[in-house]
Amino acid sequence: MPQTAVIDSETGLTLKELARRHGLSAAGKLPSLRDYTRQLWSYRHFISSYANAKVTSSLGRTRLGVFWQVLTPLINAAVYYVIFGVVLKQKSGVENFVAYLCTGVFIFGFTQSVVQAGIQAVSGNLGLIRALHFPRASLPLAITMVEIRNMIASMAVLIVIVLAFGEPITLEWLLIVPIFLMQCVFNAGLALAAARLGSKVADVKQLVPFAMRIWLYGSAVLYPVTRFTDHLSGWKLYLVEANPLLVFIDLMRHALMEDVPLAASPVVLWLEAIAWTLLVGIGGYVYFWRGEKGYGRG
Amino acid sequence: MADTMTGSDRREPTVIVDDAHVVYRVQQSATPGTGSPLASFKRIITGTKPATLREVHAIKGVSFVAHKGEAIGLIGTNGSGKSTLLRAIAGLLPTDKGAIYAAGQPSLLGVNAALMSDLPGERNVVLGCLAMGMSPAEVKSQVKDIIEFSGINERGDFSSLPMRTYSSGMGARLRFAIAAAKKHDVLLIDEALATGDAKFRRRSEQRVRDLRKDAGTVFLVSHSEQSIRDTCERAIWLESGLIRADGPTADVLKEYEAYVKR
Repeated sequence: MPQTAVIDSETGLTLKELARRHGLSAAGKLPSLRDYTRQLWSYRHFISSYANAKVTSSLGRTRLGVFWQVLTPLINAAVYYVIFGVVLKQKSGVENFVAYLCTGVFIFGFTQSVVQAGIQAVSGNLGLIRALHFPRASLPLAITMVEIRNMIASMAVLIVIVLAFGEPITLEWLLIVPIFLMQCVFNAGLALAAARLGSKVADVKQLVPFAMRIWLYGSAVLYPVTRFTDHLSGWKLYLVEANPLLVFIDLMRHALMEDVPLAASPVVLWLEAIAWTLLVGIGGYVYFWRGEKGYGRG
Repeated sequence: MADTMTGSDRREPTVIVDDAHVVYRVQQSATPGTGSPLASFKRIITGTKPATLREVHAIKGVSFVAHKGEAIGLIGTNGSGKSTLLRAIAGLLPTDKGAIYAAGQPSLLGVNAALMSDLPGERNVVLGCLAMGMSPAEVKSQVKDIIEFSGINERGDFSSLPMRTYSSGMGARLRFAIAAAKKHDVLLIDEALATGDAKFRRRSEQRVRDLRKDAGTVFLVSHSEQSIRDTCERAIWLESGLIRADGPTADVLKEYEAYVKR
């Protein structure tokens, strides 16, 4: 840097040395991962109240208000039921197709809405980012919290549907909680990664609907998983069956329903789910943290 | 000059800006001719930068040292890079080249801090305070004071109405009140004094003086030469991203006035 100005001619210090001597820290320096996590923890109240604010402001002008949190998943399930259950009569292989379909639609919808909202978590809040100082990961995490709240309402609806279509309550229902928690962590990682991607390349937002569509068909949401084993083999089958959403959906179906065809044995599915949760949860967080100081640029 | 140098050597620097460059990247909607699918496909193949991505070099190498207890006014014509420089010092905008060092975390006190317009003023106060890093207990004890200071409740209970129903002056007052509720090491003030009516202006100037007492260093961006003259002993004149003058307020303002009148 040839232009580095020398001040205070007596000491002949460069500005950089002067800053170091007086213990000033560089603005825009990336904090260590541990410091960043600590900062983020101290902003937990901001994250939760921001999430609450988002829910209130998005539903604030509708007449039904918070009731939409329950209504949206219900309508969603009804639409898919009419198309795949009534019109196309795709019931082969699964006894309780309605419960099967709804579980898939709801679990998939959770991740889908997190990704869609996550893409805009940073790029849609540039005003806030340029005005105030807070760990930026607060924004995608708040969005994940909004979707978690929506999903809890959806889960209540789902449980009513599953019961109404004749599934008994068993001990296996207890597994719902760990599966849900794993998916929450997985989704948070996904939201963080999506937020950084969306802040760098605005074009990603245009591709998300297509990516989600492919993911939907690859996750055996609308038809039995056995379709994959019937039509695919070798590495293609591996690829499809390692799909994290397929794993989460399968596990949830296994927990909620008595007689379901699965892509693999439950133990394998559990191991896969844990691996995906750790990989995406930690990976997404680290990936977002690495970009922390560039988010204000837009 | 010799005595000022030894003087500045003894004083403690709080903000050091070392040859800082700030570049905005602006993605525009396409202009005719460059926006056809064929043209953008060609750009992707040849790897050239899209014509819609424009770079604005807002700060082009600025260096200075600010010391503890100083109040520095930033002046310059519109678009000269004053607000950008403040944001870079606050660490909200990254520098492309050079570096900015600061003691503690500088806080930017601006009038355009975005809040949620669908939410009532009261909840925005809570949200804003939490975003500045206050604990819920601190927020609770402050909310009332902040709303009272902003004076939005002078004409009835506005604090429970959504912010989109506020007049622009009321919104600006509330935002200023939120930002001024916290004590800061280095305080950056962006045109905040120019908001509201005469009564609120008096109150906010008093608040800034109080904040100055606690803060190590204050930077003030304002188009009002009077408020710079009143509050700052040193002024920096920025013009198209470069420092034109840096020195005692009276001298710099004289030069600046001569330049503007020309």
